[in-house]
Formats: sequence, C-alpha cells, structure tokens
Amino acid sequence: MAQRLADRDGFSLASLAGERRRVRKEAVIRALFLAAAALSIVISSLIVFTLARETYTFVTQVDLSKLWSEGWFPRRALYDVRTIFVGSVLVTLIAMVVAAPLGMGAAVYLSEYAKPRVRRVVKPVLEILAGIPSVVLGFFALVWISPEIVQRLNSEAALFNLAAAGIGVGILVTPLVASVGEDAMRAVPKALREASYGMGARKVTTTIRVIIPAAVSGLVAAFIIGISRAIGETMVVAIAAGASGGSLFSLNIFERGQTMTAAMASMAAGTDAVKGAGLTFQSLFFVGSLLFIITLSLNLFADRFVRRVRQRY
Amino acid sequence: MPPEAKTAQGSGSGSPSVVPTRLEIKRSPSDVPLSPPEDVPVFQVDDLSVYYGSFRAVRDVSMTVCERQITSLIGPSGCGKTTLLRCFNRMNDLVEIARVAGKILYHGVDLYHPDVNAVEVRRRIGMVFQKPNPFPKSIYDNITFGPKVAGIKGNMDEIVERSLRRAALWDEVKDRLKESAMGLSGGQQQRLCIARALAVDPEVILMDEPCSALDPIATGRIEDLMEEIKSEYTIIIVTHNMQQAARVSDMCAFFTAEVNETSDTRTGVLVEYDKTEKMFSNPSDERTENYVTGRFG
Amino acid sequence: MQGRRFDAAGFVFRLLLLAALFITMLLLTILIIDVVTSGWSVLSTRLGDFLTGKLGSIPATSGIGQGLRGTFFIGLFVVVIAFPIGVGAAIYLEEYAPRSRFTRFIDVNIRNLAGVPSVVFGLLGFAIFVNALEFITGPRANGATVISAGLTLAVLVLPIVIITSAEAIRAVPESLREAGFGVGATRWEVIRSHVLPYAGPGILTGTVLSLARALGEAAPLILVGAVTGFLTEGARYSLESLQERFTAMPIVIYTWAGRPQPGFVENTAAAIVVLLVVVLLANTVAILLRNKYEKRR
Repeated sequence: MAQRLADRDGFSLASLAGERRRVRKEAVIRALFLAAAALSIVISSLIVFTLARETYTFVTQVDLSKLWSEGWFPRRALYDVRTIFVGSVLVTLIAMVVAAPLGMGAAVYLSEYAKPRVRRVVKPVLEILAGIPSVVLGFFALVWISPEIVQRLNSEAALFNLAAAGIGVGILVTPLVASVGEDAMRAVPKALREASYGMGARKVTTTIRVIIPAAVSGLVAAFIIGISRAIGETMVVAIAAGASGGSLFSLNIFERGQTMTAAMASMAAGTDAVKGAGLTFQSLFFVGSLLFIITLSLNLFADRFVRRVRQRY
Repeated sequence: MPPEAKTAQGSGSGSPSVVPTRLEIKRSPSDVPLSPPEDVPVFQVDDLSVYYGSFRAVRDVSMTVCERQITSLIGPSGCGKTTLLRCFNRMNDLVEIARVAGKILYHGVDLYHPDVNAVEVRRRIGMVFQKPNPFPKSIYDNITFGPKVAGIKGNMDEIVERSLRRAALWDEVKDRLKESAMGLSGGQQQRLCIARALAVDPEVILMDEPCSALDPIATGRIEDLMEEIKSEYTIIIVTHNMQQAARVSDMCAFFTAEVNETSDTRTGVLVEYDKTEKMFSNPSDERTENYVTGRFG
Repeated sequence: MQGRRFDAAGFVFRLLLLAALFITMLLLTILIIDVVTSGWSVLSTRLGDFLTGKLGSIPATSGIGQGLRGTFFIGLFVVVIAFPIGVGAAIYLEEYAPRSRFTRFIDVNIRNLAGVPSVVFGLLGFAIFVNALEFITGPRANGATVISAGLTLAVLVLPIVIITSAEAIRAVPESLREAGFGVGATRWEVIRSHVLPYAGPGILTGTVLSLARALGEAAPLILVGAVTGFLTEGARYSLESLQERFTAMPIVIYTWAGRPQPGFVENTAAAIVVLLVVVLLANTVAILLRNKYEKRR
C-alpha cells in the first residue's frame, strides 16, 4: 500500500501508458498474425492471376474451331472442351447416384436412429475412412469395382471405364456427404423433435415430415459440396478411366473416357513436354480455369444454404 | 471540458424528470464532496454514456468513488450496472461495438485517453467476475500468472502465500498448491479469483456480482473478506442482492432502466448515489425507496 | 390396423437407412481387405527391401524408398510452413480481427480456398514454384523438385489448417480470456498462456488431419512434375537432394497402377497398404484425440 500511495503522488498519464517494450511486442505479434491471415488473399490472387493469364493467351490464340471438334487431343491441337466437360458431368452423376443415397442414408441413420454407443464407434470410423487417399480409390476402382461390379452389369464394358471411375468417386465422397449431412440433421433443435413426438407422431413420420424438411438446406449443401468434390476429383478418374493422351467424344460410360481433371493430370504427366508444346501448356490452365469457376460457384451456392440453416436456428 | 457545459448538455438530452436535481450537483464532484472531507477520490465519473453500436446501454452517469471504501452498484436487471463497472478497467474494450462517451478520471487521468494502455489499467484495477473463472491450471499458477506477465520481480512463493492469505484461502489450500484449481469448491474458486486479482497488487478491485453463483455460507465468507481487505483496497461491487449492498458497502448507487418506447430498448440511468445508510433509511428519490423496500424491481 | 401399417413403414425406412450405412462401411472394408490381400505376398516376403528399394522395371526388385523419401519431405514442409502460418492466421481471425469488411473478406476467401480442387493448386504450384521460382526451388531439375511439391501442398492444406484451428479457438470459453485480461495480461499473453493450451487438442487434430490429407495427395504432385524415372539418387535425405527430381508415395502408386506387367498389381497394393497405414494412423490418432477432449468438456 505504501508503494501505491507513493506512486500516486507522481501519478500522471505516463503512469498508465504501459511498459513500452510490452506494448511494442504486442503490436509486432499482431502484425505477424495479420500477415499470416492476409497470405490467404495473396494465394487466391495468385491462383486467379495465373489461371487468367494463361487462359487469356489460350483463348486469344486458339483456333476456335478446335474447341468443338471430334475429341480432346491437346498434343494434336484438338481442344474439344465438350468431351472432357461431358466426361466430368457423367462421372459426377454416377458418383452422386452412389454417394447421395448412401451418404444421406448414413447421415439420417446416425443422427436419428443410431444408439449413442453405435454412433460413437461408426462416426469416427467414417471420419477416418474419409481420409483414404484418392489414388487408393482409383486403384480399387480399377482392380475391383470395374471387374466385380461394372463388368458384371455390362459384360461389354472395357476394363478402364467411366462407370467404375464414377463409382469410385462416389465412394470417395460418401463419407463427406454423410458428415456434412449429419451435422445439418443434428443442427435441428431438440425442441422440434420433442414437439413432434409430443403430438404422438412416430419416429419415421417425425424424421420425414419434421426433421428432414427442417434440415433441408443443410442436406442440399451436403449434396452440392459432394458434387463440387466429385467434379474436382482427379486421381480416381486418371487411374480407372484410363484415357491418357486424349479421348474421343463419347457418352458411353462403359468405355474409356476423360474428365477435365484427368485431362489436366494426363497432360502434365510428362511436364517437360508440356512446357514447350504450343498451346498445350495454356490449355492446361484453360481447363483449370473452367474447373475453378465451376467449383467456386458450387461452393458459394452451398455456402448460402449452410448460412440459411445457421440463420434459422 | 468544463463541467458547466456538460451539465447543460446532459440535462437537455434526456427527459428532465429522470435526472433529479440532486444529481446535477454531483456533475462537478470536486466542489461538493459526498463523503467526509478526508476522503480521496479515486474515480471521477463525468457524464458517462456507453453505447453498444447504436444502442445506448447507460447514459449520463456522474459519480465519485473514494479510496478505501466499498461502493456498491445496485438496481434491477438491465440497468447497466455491469456495463458501467466494466468501464472502470476498460474491460468493455473487449466488446468490439462498445463505445464510451464522457469521462472517467482515475486519479485525475482520463482512462479513455488514447495514450492510456488498457492492459496497464487492468493491472492497477483488478476484477472478479460473476462466475468463478479460475484458469484450468494449478492453484499456484493461477496466482503467479498476473505477477509474471506484469514483470513483477520477487519471490513467487511469497506472492502466492501473501495473496492466498489475504483472500483467506491459504489454510485450505496450502498443502495442494500444485493441484488443479478446478478441483476447488465454488466458493473457494471465487476466493482464489480474488487472490489472483490481489497478486498483481492493484489499487482497486471491481466485483461483478461475485456471490451470485455461491451458497449463503460461501457468500458470507466473501463478504467478510471484503470487509477485511477494505483497509487497503478500493472496492466497487455490482450486486443484485440489496441486503449484501446494505451489509458491506459504504456508498451505494442505485440505477434503473428507462424503457425506450419506440425501440423497446433499455437504457440505464443513475437515480441516486449516496451513503449506504441514507440510501436504505431515507432515500431522496421515490424510485430508490420503492426499490430498497422491495416494492419494485 | 392403421398403427400396424405405420410400423411397417417405419421398419422399411429404418432398414433402408441401415442399408445405406452398411453398404458404405462394406465397400470401404472390401477396399481395405482387397489391398491387404493383394499386397500380402510382397509385404510378407520382402518388406524390408520393399520399403528401402529403388523404383525399377522389374516388379520383384522394385521398392518404394524414393517414394517414402518424397512423402517424408512433403510432410516436413507442411509441418514447418502450413502449421505455423495456418495457426497464426486462425489466431488473427479469432482473437485480433476487428469485425470489418476486410475480415469478412479474408474469412470467405479462406472458405472458398478450402473448396478449390487440388489439381488447381497443382497448377498454381506449377506456375509459381516450378516456373517462376525455378532458381530457388531447383534449377537443375527445372524447378520440378520436392521443394516445389512441399510448398504446393503446404499452400493446399493451409485453408484447412486455418478453418479447423479457428474452430478450436472459437470453442475456448470467453470467461477464460476475461480472467486473463482481468489481471492485466496483453492479448498475446492471454493467447499463449490460456487460449492455445485450451484449444491445443483441437488444433492438433485439425493439423494432423490436414497433414494426412497432404501425404495422400497425388494430383498436385503430377502438376508440379513428380516423376518415377530418371531419379538421380536413391533414398537420400540430404539437403541438396531437395533440389533434385523427386517422387512420392501417391505418385508411385499412380504409376504402378497403370503398369500392365504382372507383379505390379501386388506392388501397388503393397505400396497402398504402406500409405494407408501412415494416413489412417494419423487420422485415427487425431480423431480419437479430439473425441477424448470433446468428452472432457
């Protein structure tokens, strides 16, 4: 106390200014963290910049008739975007035919039906399996899904085919869809469930008529995020659909085929060749831009749905 | 800023009936001491308003808080007591949208002057919160954190013992200083929080309903403790419990909430500020009387 | 009768849901059994050779030593670059950032970056690290080195590290921060001593999950020019070898998966088992850790 009284005799603004070194240290640390956060903007800008620069070169220099030709053969200067875009759409469709019912079903089961004990085991297992690398699923699609599923459904099917790749991608995104979907289901307030049970509704009625409609925005978001991930998936298709080098336009899912992502991987597989060969290098960025725009739009769209759920509860 | 100018401004902004004439005098605390003349003012609050965004939580508060006294802030919920309390050590800075207008002088220095460092303010003006919030660390580390960051040199063991003794907790915990503070009872945790505040050698201790989460026995111990340390510290306490205010405080400020009809928001105003005895026996304002006698709030 | 019909509907619905979950788990189980059984002949007979051997055209003598080396360095880059920057960015966003448009912009930006396909990050790495920064990343290998790969994958997982760390930091109770500020600690002192220890397990989970993700990525590595032939050296871990041509586990798997010769299927499966052990083990540790600490609260 004595010390404090003495302090007060000379008490002035300077007494409350704080220790200089400590104040400066705080400012430096804050600036460092700000720089770390701002780095994400630098990265985004660089992505947009590099994509835009090469895409501009490509679009201004390419013979436009080559953008709509018989197939995607960049090394022969045939850039039929249709081929690889349709390939991506087909693979994504097949993937979602697999992932939507499996993922959503698993989500609803885990959030509404599973006993806590079951949930405690199954949920982490799903999360762990969500980390299986895509090259692994590519190999699985080639050596198991293709002969055991696709070729049994259609004996004419080639070993490398879009259908097997699509199913592989579907398995890859199922845990993701399940996880996001389950979060959406669990975000529905307990009170809503209790109100429904209180009115004497059964579990199935409550789930279908009350919980799922209430969680629909989040479920749609899970679905869109699944689509976005499926379109962006590269390795499963690169391994299991097998059309390296190029592909003719085709709608047959039991044949070899290429997606936008696999086309990029296949072009880059011999990077040294890409560096010199005319517009091949630029076409890589052109496809990258398309992919970037498509997935960005999907993600922004999904984000709006997620936010709608958050606003409501 | 001259107090006269403030007075005109202050009374012009609100409805005149809300601010009793008595309060007008207190806008210049230096010329009319409310307590005996030997009292040394620690805080001089001058026409203080606090805003959260565009919402005004407290308006036009003027009062003087004196050294080595316990000053209690009472009133119904939502009358801005806690908001005001958190201005005294600039805890409101942590709420981003909070903005303060008017002045709080601490020994004559404006606490909200741009050169004032809020961290230094909080070192000198400690705080005890509504819910006991010890760090999830050992009892020992709870006490030493403050002195360490403040760069206080000295024997930490001594600081720990002294702080715990002052907070009347030493005997109960001296054999388990290395154990987690989370294992203590609620009342012990709150006394630990007081000890933690004392460890940095503050001059003022702000208490925000320190007993609201405690049982009557633990509450009694905290009240005894306040009485004991009052000779060395200035204490400002927010409480919902009028008996507590009557028991422990020397000075008492009664706040109430004005409801804004158009926006349905509540703004806190200071109704009356006086010696606790007078506030509870013979208040000047009818609203204070209604509140302390239990007819309202 | 009505009641019985409803029960049937409920039963069928429940059965369908259970089937969805069951098929998902079944497919993933088949996957694991399939690769383990195909790879078993390699793993059981020549595990040591396989782990340390070089890539070659004869399946029986090929090994994954170079792939493990590349994957090790990529992991190192992610840990050294993405973790500190990512956690730092998360700290800024959760603890320092004002609620401004700029902050919101950063936030939305990071969320969108997390959704950008990995192959597009590969393009970025190709344009920036391989081409533009070739003189740093490795002029002798035209920039297609493990430095470029490591930097690219560090950038790839950065948004994930930020998002998961920010979530962990957001879960720290406000009362803990207030306790720290209340005794006069600066923002950084509160973060270092209280926020980070509390959020630690959550941050660790997020970072380990993102590390596992980086180790399994192949597409960006193809873009930055990972190769499986013309590797100048074997499994060397020296610093100057960072500027040479490189490969990594996922690339080895990708290349082998496309080889028609008999024997490579077994090699691919064995390499997958090795990669899965690393990645799934990391995931398991991370998720169990998170669940353990979630339960504690």
